[in-house]
Amino acid sequence: MSDILDVVLRLAAVFAVFLVLPLAIGQTEHKVMAHMQGRLGPMYAGGFHGWAQLVADGVKFAQKEDVVPAGADRRIFQLAPAVALLPYLLVLVAIPIGPGNAVGQFIDAGIFFVLAVMGVGVLGSLMAGWASANKFSLLGGLRTAAQLMAYELPMLLAAASVAMAAGTVSLPGIVDAFHWWWVPWQIVGALVFFTAGLAELQRPPFDMPVADSEIIFGAYTEYTGLRFAMFLLSEYAGIVVLCGLTTVLFLGGWHGPFGADGLGWLWTLLKTAVLAFVVIWLRVTYPRLREDQLQKLAWTVLIPLALAQIALTGVVKVVTQ
Amino acid sequence: MTGSAMLAAQANGFLSPSGVEIAFLLVGIATLGAAVVTVTTKQLVHAALWLVLALGGLAVEYLLLTAEFIAWVQVLIYVGSVVVLLLFGLMLTKAPIGRSPDADSANRWPAIGVAVAAAAALVWVVVDAFRTTWIDLRGAPQGSTKVSGEILFRHWVLPFEALSVLLLAALVGAIVLSRRKKEER
Repeated sequence: MSDILDVVLRLAAVFAVFLVLPLAIGQTEHKVMAHMQGRLGPMYAGGFHGWAQLVADGVKFAQKEDVVPAGADRRIFQLAPAVALLPYLLVLVAIPIGPGNAVGQFIDAGIFFVLAVMGVGVLGSLMAGWASANKFSLLGGLRTAAQLMAYELPMLLAAASVAMAAGTVSLPGIVDAFHWWWVPWQIVGALVFFTAGLAELQRPPFDMPVADSEIIFGAYTEYTGLRFAMFLLSEYAGIVVLCGLTTVLFLGGWHGPFGADGLGWLWTLLKTAVLAFVVIWLRVTYPRLREDQLQKLAWTVLIPLALAQIALTGVVKVVTQ
Repeated sequence: MTGSAMLAAQANGFLSPSGVEIAFLLVGIATLGAAVVTVTTKQLVHAALWLVLALGGLAVEYLLLTAEFIAWVQVLIYVGSVVVLLLFGLMLTKAPIGRSPDADSANRWPAIGVAVAAAAALVWVVVDAFRTTWIDLRGAPQGSTKVSGEILFRHWVLPFEALSVLLLAALVGAIVLSRRKKEER
């Protein structure tokens, strides 16, 4: 009986994280972007610094009419936001935040599970792009697919490098094997992984598929109300997952210079938060890459770098054994 | 059925299946259904999405057989990449919303013949090879990453390498084909 209770508690905790962290990142993004761009942003809702603006946005989304275009493929159009959002919930189950048993569910081939399920989320954007019966949406869907195919490979190769270094493909196992000198050793892989992850999430500067000033949010053009909010939420959940994964794979998760016993989960959260800040920072500071630049970056820079990292990992592994 | 096969079947309860076996059968039926819809539907993109279900069902079957690593790789490669490539192609060719009346082939009967022959050959090989082998689902997982890796790189290295050479040849071939078209222009 206690087994079942354990599982239920773990799933509830993961669900709570899934509900809270993406919203926290959304709020941070509003405030950080406003400060970096020297503008106020909404400051009245709720009093102090406009803290209730996010709540107000949520209420606004819930009130809007749920419109399905007449020419759209109705069922796929309605299913797409769920397909985009749910995979990130599943991925969170496998990410360990502390030593020992502090993981939603121990998964033997954790890296592969995480990358596989994250790839499924992109199907939601593709379904939305095609089913909207809109030229801009179709363009957005096409760009999403092209981007995914280009950036999935460097991401996998970078993750494979860490798995080689640790000698295991389970996420808790990788953090267990971590030493501080892994950071300089795997730094190239970390940069490749993080960059490719940003591209997979379609975050600026890799937001060509949604480019709001050009193809009006791409695959999401026709969405309104709660369904649109789900796409936005999936973007923020994606940031949580990407930053959490980079922390676990490359930055040592719960290892820290001090206080690693008992407070390890705090280190994981701190590193994740710093990375999420970097994601927001990049959005404010970098111009959008053109489609050909996107493809060129993936195939001529990231993949060779990832392969070089794998070679380096292999050499060091053989020499030190 | 040989004597030893009968013994194995009796020892593992051929007619009193466990929960996992029932789940395996049910998922198998759902997968087969999705696969049939994939090849019979007249809506092109729907066919690709039904294919996602069929491939995902296969991944669940692997999971039920404790082959976790194979299951995730199945999702990663087939759902995450092959179906995305399919959808990319369908979008590039502007697959219409709704039925495509021309989504049919004159080769329907030969195709069914080839499919049945291929299925028969595969089923025959698998049944003949693993007739008396039972996977003990209660013990330690026999399809974990470690076990799969050891078996793959100790016993099946040669087929593995042959396959990778084959894939490399296909890759080079694709590059050669796409380059030649450019020169002709």
